Amino acid sequence: MSNATLSDRRPSTLRAASLPKWFSWAVAAASVALGLGVSAALGLESSIQWALIAGVLFVAGTFGIAARVEGKRQAKDRVATSVVWVAFLLAVIPLASLVWETVSRGVKVLDTYFLTHSMGVVADTEPGGGIYHAILGTLEQVGLATLISVPIGVLTAIYLVEYGRGKLAKAVTFFVDVMTGVPSIVAGLFILSTWILILDMGPSGFAGAMALTILMLPVVVRSTEEMLKLVPNELREASLALGVPKWRTILKVVLPTAIGGITTGVMLAVARIAGETAPVLLLVWGSNFINSNPFSDPQASLPMYIYLQYANSGGSGAAYDRAWAAALTLIAFIMILNLAARGIARWKAPKTGR
Amino acid sequence: MAKRIDVSGLNAYYGSFRAIEDISMTVEPRTVTAFIGPSGCGKSTFLRTLNRMHEVTPGGRVEGKVMLDDEDLYGAGVDPVSVRREVGMVFQRPNPFPTMSIYDNVAAGLKLVGGKKKSEMDDVVEKSLKGANLWNEVKDRLGKPGSGLSGGQQQRLCIARAIAVEPNVLLMDEPCSALDPISTLAIEDLIGELKERFTIVIVTHNMQQAARVSDRTAFFNLAAVGQPGKLIEIDDTERIFSNPSVQATEDYISGRFG
Repeated sequence: MSNATLSDRRPSTLRAASLPKWFSWAVAAASVALGLGVSAALGLESSIQWALIAGVLFVAGTFGIAARVEGKRQAKDRVATSVVWVAFLLAVIPLASLVWETVSRGVKVLDTYFLTHSMGVVADTEPGGGIYHAILGTLEQVGLATLISVPIGVLTAIYLVEYGRGKLAKAVTFFVDVMTGVPSIVAGLFILSTWILILDMGPSGFAGAMALTILMLPVVVRSTEEMLKLVPNELREASLALGVPKWRTILKVVLPTAIGGITTGVMLAVARIAGETAPVLLLVWGSNFINSNPFSDPQASLPMYIYLQYANSGGSGAAYDRAWAAALTLIAFIMILNLAARGIARWKAPKTGR
Repeated sequence: MAKRIDVSGLNAYYGSFRAIEDISMTVEPRTVTAFIGPSGCGKSTFLRTLNRMHEVTPGGRVEGKVMLDDEDLYGAGVDPVSVRREVGMVFQRPNPFPTMSIYDNVAAGLKLVGGKKKSEMDDVVEKSLKGANLWNEVKDRLGKPGSGLSGGQQQRLCIARAIAVEPNVLLMDEPCSALDPISTLAIEDLIGELKERFTIVIVTHNMQQAARVSDRTAFFNLAAVGQPGKLIEIDDTERIFSNPSVQATEDYISGRFG
């Protein structure tokens, strides 16, 4: 009998002391409370300091207690997990508050009237008016930029991956990398100096679209290049070995295999340029009227509309409301584009199902 | 249909590195010829020179002659694309096109080259899948993606895809090395049937497989790592496995090698 109890009591080598499941939650709650308490006691006024204190307390507390009870290795594991959580929350807080702020301020004037009317008969300081002209301008400028840069970008990437050898390919890669770093205002100034000052063309949506193309092109080339590199070489060889010419292999085997990733890349590039203000300000000038022709006369665009409503309104509340509503529309527009891209990527992705 | 391959004085290079040296041999029509030898001895490289796939590799180039009946594959003005239509290839790992259905995979060669009617295409697909012993397993799901099949089925799908374009010669680069014994057996049976219509060249690391499926066997070897691979001898499979004329062949086959 004594033998049995002895062997029962002998500590197992496979099981160690472990903290209950609610441990992390308890530490989190305690550190939040402590963080709030410390900042209240010290009279810290910032609304974010207590969260940082709580974050540090959470990581340190987790490590201290877990090291006591569970041992060093588990403590390190818990610290790694809690650092990830804290970093995640720190990243999400500004994002979530930005969305919240935009939505709560933007919905005030956002309705069908707002989406279908321009600012043509409304002074900047008065309530009323809408963003139809800006939506139209953004769609046309971004659409034109996409129409120019997608074919050029995809063909460049095909050259780099499938054909490019030697110096020319290296030079192209180098310049694409350089282009990625061009600030948007520089792209705008370049088009301004060539198209408007030297060639003496007036401001137009097309001029803006050219500047946006400069910004979009390297993103499209880079992402397409990466996607094409992911296509297994075996597929190219399989197609070539069937006696299919190289260009048809690229068109019918390589591109369809990569199309999902390419679409996602293009959509990300579109999302990047849709929010550009600087080149549009220089080249499209902005307008309060509906101008559906992107090839002549100033146009509006959403980011510029937001800026102008803020800058030209002299502190009018109505203009601020319109700016927020336009910002919300722009975010929604980009989100819809992203969702569409995901849908296309999923629809076109190589199928693995049985 | 099946054509004779006559190779003489063939060297293949990767950049400045000579991978195979001075190979001459004849591959008879309607036979199975197996290439055996240690890894890195140039079997696969040699196989890929037979349908001009070697030059797809950056830096790959070839010297020498490969006659397909009476045409030199490396002659002036020969289009590698038409060579590959005459000499098909099956790879080591099954590689069906992931974006295409089973039907489209088999029809890929014809579709991508163009110029066939839908009804003709249906016939070719059925005939090729039957030829690859896959028809009964997939006839109810021709529209499903080819990547949903098992490894062995995928490899037979690749064989169906290769024979759909009606080549004269079929090259197989270790077609069973990624497959289980049952699927291997299915492919070996298939090779036996296909040799009625095609000239078949197969690279294998499995000596029993070479003994089972081939009529003639070629043994390749290399002097040392970094040296080019050479053809040691080619003879009837029975002779190679019972009474080879070169000592190195016997050593390799009986397992006394390296």
